[in-house]
Amino acid sequence: MNFAPDTSIDIASAVNRATAPSAQPKLKVEGLNFYYGENHALKNINFEIPEKRVTAMIGPSGCGKSTLLRIFNRMYQLYPGQRAEGKILFDGADLLSKTLDSTVVRSRIGMVFQKPTPFPMSIYDNIAFGVKLHESLGKAAMDERVEWCLRKAAIWEETKDRLHTSALGMSGGQQQRLCIARTIAVRPEVILLDEPTSALDPISTSKIEDLIDELKQEFTIVIVTHNMQQAARCADITSFFYLGELIEVGTSSEIFTNPREARTRDYITGRFG
Amino acid sequence: MASLARRRATDYTVKAVSTGFAVLSLVFLAWILWTLLARGLPALGPQVFTRVMGPPGAGGGLLNAIAGSLIQIVVALVIGTPIGLMCGTFLAENGRNTQVGNAVRFVNDVLLSAPSILIGLFVYQLLVVPFGGFSGWAGAIALAIIIIPVVVRTTEDMLNLVPIGLREAAFALGAPQWKVVTFVTWRAARAGIVTGILLALARAAGETAPLLFTSLGNNGWSVDLNAPMASLPIAIYQYAASPFEDWVALAWAGALIITVGVLTLNILSRLVLAKMK
Repeated sequence: MNFAPDTSIDIASAVNRATAPSAQPKLKVEGLNFYYGENHALKNINFEIPEKRVTAMIGPSGCGKSTLLRIFNRMYQLYPGQRAEGKILFDGADLLSKTLDSTVVRSRIGMVFQKPTPFPMSIYDNIAFGVKLHESLGKAAMDERVEWCLRKAAIWEETKDRLHTSALGMSGGQQQRLCIARTIAVRPEVILLDEPTSALDPISTSKIEDLIDELKQEFTIVIVTHNMQQAARCADITSFFYLGELIEVGTSSEIFTNPREARTRDYITGRFG
Repeated sequence: MASLARRRATDYTVKAVSTGFAVLSLVFLAWILWTLLARGLPALGPQVFTRVMGPPGAGGGLLNAIAGSLIQIVVALVIGTPIGLMCGTFLAENGRNTQVGNAVRFVNDVLLSAPSILIGLFVYQLLVVPFGGFSGWAGAIALAIIIIPVVVRTTEDMLNLVPIGLREAAFALGAPQWKVVTFVTWRAARAGIVTGILLALARAAGETAPLLFTSLGNNGWSVDLNAPMASLPIAIYQYAASPFEDWVALAWAGALIITVGVLTLNILSRLVLAKMK
């Protein structure tokens, strides 16, 4: 268990107040509606993601939590027919604004997916690919960056002797940590994790959960998970989504021990979903 | 029990019939290869590779036809591969479920199954008539038109096999689309794409009809792409129907050379595929 030392941040009330004193909101969702064609997938979401905290989004399949995650780094824009209305403020700028370049948004808000997605190239190149998109580093600086992010992702010891071999030869858990390292390497401010452990075994899962604890020192983390123990273990803040609506948000201890809403209680006790 | 016996009988019959037809088709293939080897090998002396085509009885070879074929195929490949690759990439990356994409895909399928003599006639009208003569360029372009739809099709199919998640992962790092395609999706699909190009090459190597009205053939030595150019399929066409024994023998030798070349390409493409998997 690793809750934030001060569990006094109550994001639900912070939505109305401007900021919580101990954690500035990094992302501020205001009146967000999202549509897959005709399908109204997210309904009037108001939500704040505090800086350098782990925020979990839970809820049954199809509740819109992954959809919201994919709006934060504008993945939805890859698909015509998907559209978002409302505002998401990211350090004061509206993420949904057309004038903001998607590649810049994605370099500042990174994402790790459910299935490990190593590129068909060496471990080193997997990391260098993302870095080269935004910075031109010399060989020594690149070597340093690769080592830095692999250490951050707790996979340096396992990979240092095989940096130039194919990333496809690693185990699933290693691949997922490589994907996290690759995301960190770009030095984003926010890391989005979309069910990052659902394809992994328990040992790899616990390694990644430990990693999430480490990473929140430097990054703002948003994690979508189906595993409620995981949310309780890793997240400072937990939000519960149901049928496209944000039902409840609060500190994880509140949500898991004393939820205000009956629907949240039913979900976390396994009565539906 | 009766029904089980009947099922077994049906199973046995179907297996026997399908095995029979498989063997039958292999028999014909073996027969063709055997005939080719039996007639081609004795004719395959060193003069085939060292001397140009000559009058009957003069001991000519196929050097100019081999060179002409190689030149036209390489030029066709240089022209056709980038076009096919780009078009296939467009269809897979941007043209899924779009009207333009569907139209291009349909036209490409038509082109893929178009009789090759039609392509020869098209290039004849397009290049030979206006520029006043048969030329190696016209032949190469006709072969390029054979190559393009094959490359388009295999490129699109292979790129479609690359999981969407891999593209999303590259986009999520902030990559623009052209970098996602060149560094990630092409790379993930490269074995399949290379195989497609080699297969297209193999197909172009054996085509006669597109060359008949374009590069025409040339009995002398010429590597000038602006002049009529010899090629193996045309030489075979010309010699095989002749009454002269040595010409007919050379036609067999030429057929053997093409077959071995195409077979080598096919084996090579399989090796490439196996190695990259």
